[in-house]
Amino acid sequence: MITMEHVCKSYKIAKRNAGFGEAVKALFHRDYEIIHALNDVSFTIRDGEMVGYIGPNGAGKSSTIKILSGILTPDCGTVLVDGRIPYKNRIKHVKEIGVVFGQRSQLWWDVPVIDSFELLKDIYSIPDPRYQQSLEELTELLNLAELLRSPARQLSLGQRMRCEIAASLLHRPRILFLDEPTIGLDAVSKLAVRDFILNQNKTHGTTVILTTHDMQDIEALASRIILIGKGRILMDGTLDDIKKGGGNIDETVAELYRAYDIQ
Amino acid sequence: MNKIRKAVRLYFHYISINIRCAMQYKTSFFLTAAGQFLVSFTAFLGMFVLFQRFSRVEGFTYSEVLLCFAVMLMEFSLAEMFARGFDRFSGMVRTGEFDRVLVRPQNEIIQVLGSKFELTRFGRMLQAAVMFMYGITKSGIQWNFPKILTVIFMLTGGTAVFFALFIIYAALCFFTLEGLEFMNIFTDGAREFGKYPVNVYGPKLLLFTTFIIPYALIQYYPLLYILGRRTEPFFPFLPLLACWFLIPALLFWKFGVRHYKSSGS
Amino acid sequence: MKKYLSFFRLRFAMGLQYRAAAFGGIATQFTWGAMEIMIFRAFYRSDASAFPMSFSATASYLWLQQAFLAFFATWMMDGDIFDSIVNGDVAYELCRPVSIYNMWFSKGLSTRLSRAVLRCFPILTVAALLPQPYGLNAPASPMHFVLFLLTLILGLLMTVSLCVLICILAFFTISPMGLQMVFTSMTDFFAGALIPLPFFPENVQRVMELLPFAAMQNVPLRIYGGSMSCYEMQKAVFLQIFWLTAITFTGKMLCRLAAKRITVQGG
Repeated sequence: MITMEHVCKSYKIAKRNAGFGEAVKALFHRDYEIIHALNDVSFTIRDGEMVGYIGPNGAGKSSTIKILSGILTPDCGTVLVDGRIPYKNRIKHVKEIGVVFGQRSQLWWDVPVIDSFELLKDIYSIPDPRYQQSLEELTELLNLAELLRSPARQLSLGQRMRCEIAASLLHRPRILFLDEPTIGLDAVSKLAVRDFILNQNKTHGTTVILTTHDMQDIEALASRIILIGKGRILMDGTLDDIKKGGGNIDETVAELYRAYDIQ
Repeated sequence: MNKIRKAVRLYFHYISINIRCAMQYKTSFFLTAAGQFLVSFTAFLGMFVLFQRFSRVEGFTYSEVLLCFAVMLMEFSLAEMFARGFDRFSGMVRTGEFDRVLVRPQNEIIQVLGSKFELTRFGRMLQAAVMFMYGITKSGIQWNFPKILTVIFMLTGGTAVFFALFIIYAALCFFTLEGLEFMNIFTDGAREFGKYPVNVYGPKLLLFTTFIIPYALIQYYPLLYILGRRTEPFFPFLPLLACWFLIPALLFWKFGVRHYKSSGS
Repeated sequence: MKKYLSFFRLRFAMGLQYRAAAFGGIATQFTWGAMEIMIFRAFYRSDASAFPMSFSATASYLWLQQAFLAFFATWMMDGDIFDSIVNGDVAYELCRPVSIYNMWFSKGLSTRLSRAVLRCFPILTVAALLPQPYGLNAPASPMHFVLFLLTLILGLLMTVSLCVLICILAFFTISPMGLQMVFTSMTDFFAGALIPLPFFPENVQRVMELLPFAAMQNVPLRIYGGSMSCYEMQKAVFLQIFWLTAITFTGKMLCRLAAKRITVQGG
């Protein structure tokens, strides 16, 4: 179970107007702006739920994921994931979670994918039999057999994403965070990734939290949707709640953004 | 104990994967190593040129300074070879690569160290080893057990000091990514200026390098012992004392990790 | 021309943006210069008679070197250009209808110029205020100063054209990294960045002064202190112009060859 209560997180950034004179001025005096990435955010996610976390760019999606995965420390509020405080018991916490950053790779570029997996086995201290079992299962479900022997740099984006997802699941995490997992993938790979995530949730009861801009991902995967904008939770409901008006989901979401003025 | 063994095993796993990566580009690898060798060689040549003109500096002869240079270079390249991951740490913070480190159940330092193991630095090590041999044969030192022990302690303590400096350099990245250039004074600068015994730079700097950043403990004092100018029995152990410098460095690193502001989305 | 000017402004504004970096850089160079001077002071104390120039002239040389570091440091090569060569993106640029040589040249020039302009004044001011003989001296005469400025610019152009040449050579080699490392350490040594050329044994020095590397920092920094005779200065300026023409010409030729190679191979 994941609970976030009254969580806030803000950043200080320097700002400067364009122009040469302004640049010289900034040398001596600098204005700062406080950005409230998260402003009193609260929600609860039960075990085995699949939650789509949506909102425009800069709404606070990444900050939430990073707090839940122990990367960031919130300014205030309480966070509990299966009874652990992520940023306090980092090492214990991250053993139980898997994270996929869609835009970054965790595979070693120049060696066969399987070598990266072997290293992960050591990093997560996965016992031999369990590693073999996980590997076999993931290889079959994600169709990796052909890919494991090639270096990551030779794989297509779709092939690599399948390997990335497998890499994040080798240690059988109970919670999986997916940060834009289908970005830039072709249709076939997208479908394969979605099918696989659904399957993991069904067979292992993995809790899945997914951020994406692809509304088809949300339709296919999320039974519950949390909408965030300007650091606040604006809506927390099911897909049907959002689709009340019916019609195309992209348009509905765009309308929502406009209605809440968070574009 | 078991924990340490596991950490060491993991570290070697990292090294092996780094080497396998490097071996994908064999020619480039050897040429870069050769480049590393040459880089330090010109540093030696510069010193050599000066000693063509001057017979000694602050009472140290050419071969004595050469010994000092070789030990310092060896200490630096040892630390550099293992801790190079810290050198590109600003990049890891800038691109958000450090996020990945934090979502893995291992000590951050081992992971950062493992992220880059620069085997090409072997070129510099080789250079240091050659200089070291040359320095020893030219110095005419009467070697005995305490003196050999002193050299071993110098290498240990020196590697620890540079290692600590690399950690501090990386930890600063948690607070700012600008102005880090200044830290080069303490790493690359120490290697360059450490060619000469630190008393060359005057008494104030000797004080600073004894009590603040303990370069003198890994260079000047033990050198005096090896050259037979000081004979107190505690001198060989001074380089080991320099290891204390790791403590503030590690504390600072821990402090920094807590302040990590992940960038990017 | 306007294109290059706006590019320079952009670079300069970027440099100002990172003020902590600029301050850090100035402090670093200042400390570095001070340490160098202390080494030479130690040698001077050991044997003043072996010094090839006066101590205060040496100090001035070292301060000017730090102040105009960005003009002459060959290791400050443009990372973008090198990366594009390593990962092959350079192929696209070579096929564009603009002269890649001119582009790289102006890029290098503006980067170095903006960096130095930002950093030289604080270093020069503080160095001039230091007590003698550790501080920066006034130039030997107004004529020397004018000649210093002229050769400084020539030296800068020389550095840029040499760096562009290395970038282009990197295109033909298998290990751009190795090439860059060997090249930068060699130039540092031969240009008088590690040890000023007068400190070399005399016959070695005479040969080194003929090499293109000496046409970079060696000429302006020594003219400033007034340690060169009129004839020597004439010869040095002539050599600077000669090498600048030769290196630029070679670079342009190789650049054309590289472009041809790409179009023949089809990228």
